[in-house]
Amino acid sequence: MKFGILVNEGPYTHQASDSAYQFTKAALAKGHTIDRVFFYHDGVNNGTRFTTPPTDDRNLVNLWGGLAKEHNIDMVVCVAAAQRRGICDADEAKRHGKDGNNLADGFRISGLGQLIELGIQADRLVVFGD
Amino acid sequence: MALLHTVNKSPFEKNALESCIRLALKGSSILLMEDGVYGAVKGTAKSSLVAGAKGKIAVYVLGPDLDARGVSKDKLIDGVKVVDYGGFVDLVAQHSATQAWL
Repeated sequence: MKFGILVNEGPYTHQASDSAYQFTKAALAKGHTIDRVFFYHDGVNNGTRFTTPPTDDRNLVNLWGGLAKEHNIDMVVCVAAAQRRGICDADEAKRHGKDGNNLADGFRISGLGQLIELGIQADRLVVFGD
Repeated sequence: MALLHTVNKSPFEKNALESCIRLALKGSSILLMEDGVYGAVKGTAKSSLVAGAKGKIAVYVLGPDLDARGVSKDKLIDGVKVVDYGGFVDLVAQHSATQAWL
């Protein structure tokens, strides 16, 4: 079965990003397909590579990035939510005249159309948030 | 096919569980996760919510979230079933859609 995942909460806020990550791992382990994880609202904060938790804590950004790489998952960060929260890739940084970019490996910035498409193409859409 | 409702907030913090149980159709299911697991504990001021849904809605609780909060399974309301993340995945697959009560 094809699952779509929507994450509306940032890492280390409450538990939604952890729950979504554990669900995604369990779904993949059961042979289901996860084509895309969409990060919306504060969920875009899962996509900044400047995240530096203590070394004995889980690094959710790297965990998501690793899962995406291993299972070829399209990890999309909402562009409008990202702009508001200071998350940008090299192109966005250039466009808006910023002095740097911070999008983590395995993530890409795109629009809400990707969420709509996910909702249409996936058999189930599972939402995690606060 | 019926809906799977997920509730991730404690009934002592938000009224999501109360609203969910009030509006969920007979034959649907609820998964209590994160702080929502407190809704599955017997002998509390909010226990009547889940206990009252018996026979109408199947109630599941996420085991790892119970463990993370030190809630042992013998404290659960009768009829509440414990699932792990794999069981969560199965519930999503078995229901026609999932509604998160955020």
